[in-house]
Amino acid sequence: MSATTLAALHPGDIATIVSIHAEEALHLRLLALGFRSGKQIELIRKASFSGPLQVRVGTTDVMLRRVEAAKIEVQKP
Amino acid sequence: MKRIALLGMPNTGKSTLFNRMTGGAARVGNWPGITVELLSGKILLGGDMVEIIDLPGIYDLHGFSDDEQVVRHFLHDNVPDLALVILNTTQIERQMSLLLQLKQLNMNIVVILNMADEAKKFGIGVDAEKMSELLEMPIFLLSAKYGGGYPEALQAVTKALRYPTPGMAEQLRSQLEQDEHIETEMARVLKHTVQVPARLSDSLTEKLDSLILHPWLGLPIFFAVMYLLFQGIFIFGQPIQGGIAAAFTWLRETALVPLLASLPQALQGLLLDGIYNGLATVAAFVPIIVLFFLFMAIVEDSGYLSRAAFLMDALMARLGLDGRGFVMLLMGFGCNVPALMGTRVMRSRAMRLLTMLVIPLSLCSARLQVFIFFSAALFSPKAAPIVLFSLYLFSFATAIITALIFKNRFKNTEPFVLELPPYRFPTLRQMALRGWLEVRHFLRRATKFIVAGVVMVWLLTHLPPSAAPASADTLSGMIGGALQPFFAPLGINEQLTIALIFGFIAKEIVIGALAVIYSLSGDALGNAIGQQLDWVQAYSFMLFTLLYTPCLATVATLQSESKQLKFTALSLGWSLGLAWLISFAFYQGARALGY
Ligand SMILES: Nc1nc2c(ncn2[C@@H]2O[C@H](COP(=O)(O)OP(=O)(O)OP(=O)(O)O)[C@@H](O)[C@H]2O)c(=O)[nH]1
Repeated sequence: MSATTLAALHPGDIATIVSIHAEEALHLRLLALGFRSGKQIELIRKASFSGPLQVRVGTTDVMLRRVEAAKIEVQKP
Repeated sequence: MKRIALLGMPNTGKSTLFNRMTGGAARVGNWPGITVELLSGKILLGGDMVEIIDLPGIYDLHGFSDDEQVVRHFLHDNVPDLALVILNTTQIERQMSLLLQLKQLNMNIVVILNMADEAKKFGIGVDAEKMSELLEMPIFLLSAKYGGGYPEALQAVTKALRYPTPGMAEQLRSQLEQDEHIETEMARVLKHTVQVPARLSDSLTEKLDSLILHPWLGLPIFFAVMYLLFQGIFIFGQPIQGGIAAAFTWLRETALVPLLASLPQALQGLLLDGIYNGLATVAAFVPIIVLFFLFMAIVEDSGYLSRAAFLMDALMARLGLDGRGFVMLLMGFGCNVPALMGTRVMRSRAMRLLTMLVIPLSLCSARLQVFIFFSAALFSPKAAPIVLFSLYLFSFATAIITALIFKNRFKNTEPFVLELPPYRFPTLRQMALRGWLEVRHFLRRATKFIVAGVVMVWLLTHLPPSAAPASADTLSGMIGGALQPFFAPLGINEQLTIALIFGFIAKEIVIGALAVIYSLSGDALGNAIGQQLDWVQAYSFMLFTLLYTPCLATVATLQSESKQLKFTALSLGWSLGLAWLISFAFYQGARALGY
């Protein structure tokens, strides 16, 4: 068990969302896309040139930037 | 009249269902945010006329972006008699939150669990009856794309319409604050009604993604696909266009010329050399346009646009834009107008304006016609597709330059979070519908602008009557002559200048205008232009056409979306200045190098 952020995961890692530290608008959007504390999240891949991350939450694939990912606290098993 | 509103998250198939219900023509695409406007259609349901409204997708009722506000205002101002809430079954575990929010508004609701076909394929099981019981709402599994489950759902809709329209809860906002309650309710319902396999079995999407989103193969694949696409359009489309143009010429010689022989000379000229030649030349491009939009329909529906956004976001971020801006540029290849409207999904106004500033530089299908015509007339069959592709690269390059120059004026910190939908392929029906939509759009433009434009050009090239047609003594000659100091350094002659002036109305007119000016059409026009210009002049003209002020419809959209005269003026001034500078640099550079 170790706490970290989504941005620090490696492709293939699976973790559990602990909390989301984002402003209201972004928080709402993440909620609607299925990001909730307690949910499993898998990092699928990272785009090159420090591009966005592709993650899977439940049955939805989402891309988000590393800055946004750093606002999502996760726990690795 | 009773009113049904289609509500749901982006990309859940609302427009597809709308089209199925109304036989209508909403644009469908596998991209969250294709619909940004209200679209309505009327159908007969249970003996009554009913109005159906396709609303933009919303993630939740608190949303801040322009399209989400459209929906909130709509719901507030006109409570629908029935809200048809559409959820993507494969994502039910998250989309149910929107349903529960809507439920709190006490609306009259029928729920559609769409994409039942995909859910089945992915191994997701839903007990719709049980869910119906738990939520106390009619719920139906359906496939809007293929039609499975549609009759039952329609029956339920008809029945639900008989209930009285509820009033909208006044404290919409405070009602929405109870999201905590929503979470537990959602967990409860899902637990009893939905089974999701531990791992999704969409291996096709996964395999394709590992190739298409490959860290260093992704971008080369993107450009290769683009190149093949435009090569394909040129190779297939150009001969068809030539054939149709020849058919129009034949029709003119065998039927129209004898038929109109008794009319006065001037009227004959106006009808045949003006309207007919102009229109026929433009109309010959219809097959290319249809072909182009069939390709676009496949690309849009495949889900590739979101992948392009993923690949390009790193670059776009450095330009003050994001991956969605890149997708809007790609959509602008079809037509700049819907691309401009598509920016409504952006929340930050600065980013929206910056994106709107670069979209008019994207090489739309109307400009494509000019380029196909010129590159076929002036370059060898081998070189022509490469010339065409180079113009697309120029289009990207100028967009990048523009964003770089203006990014500090439109600074923003908009977060970038976007869904990656699974790959899909459009049905033949969807493709045919899209092709037809574009033809209709084209015909509307043709009747509105193109006829008026070519008539004007004919008048300018034939007045005053004493002057030889299209000579320096006609009105057009005088205008062209007066503007020569401006255009001569770009290698653009008087005739082309006149065509460019009318191209401001709609780019399709450029070719039509040339047909009128030269009194020729089809191959003959191409040959005449090919003899008069060399390739440097022609390329300079194409660069100018690519970049200078977009068409009237685009300008009007820039104004209506930005609501800022200053911004519209900036956009127009910038594109005109950029066009001149780049054509100048190219023309003088090429000449200096001895070409
Ligand atoms: N497999 C499958 N695909 C569907 C179904 N219904 C819609 N689609 C596809 O889902 C994608 C989105 O459809 P749209 O109708 O554009 O969705 P929308 O809800 O109007 O989207 P926005 O305009 O973004 O809000 C398209 O690729 C459709 O072809 C369905 O029942 N089954």
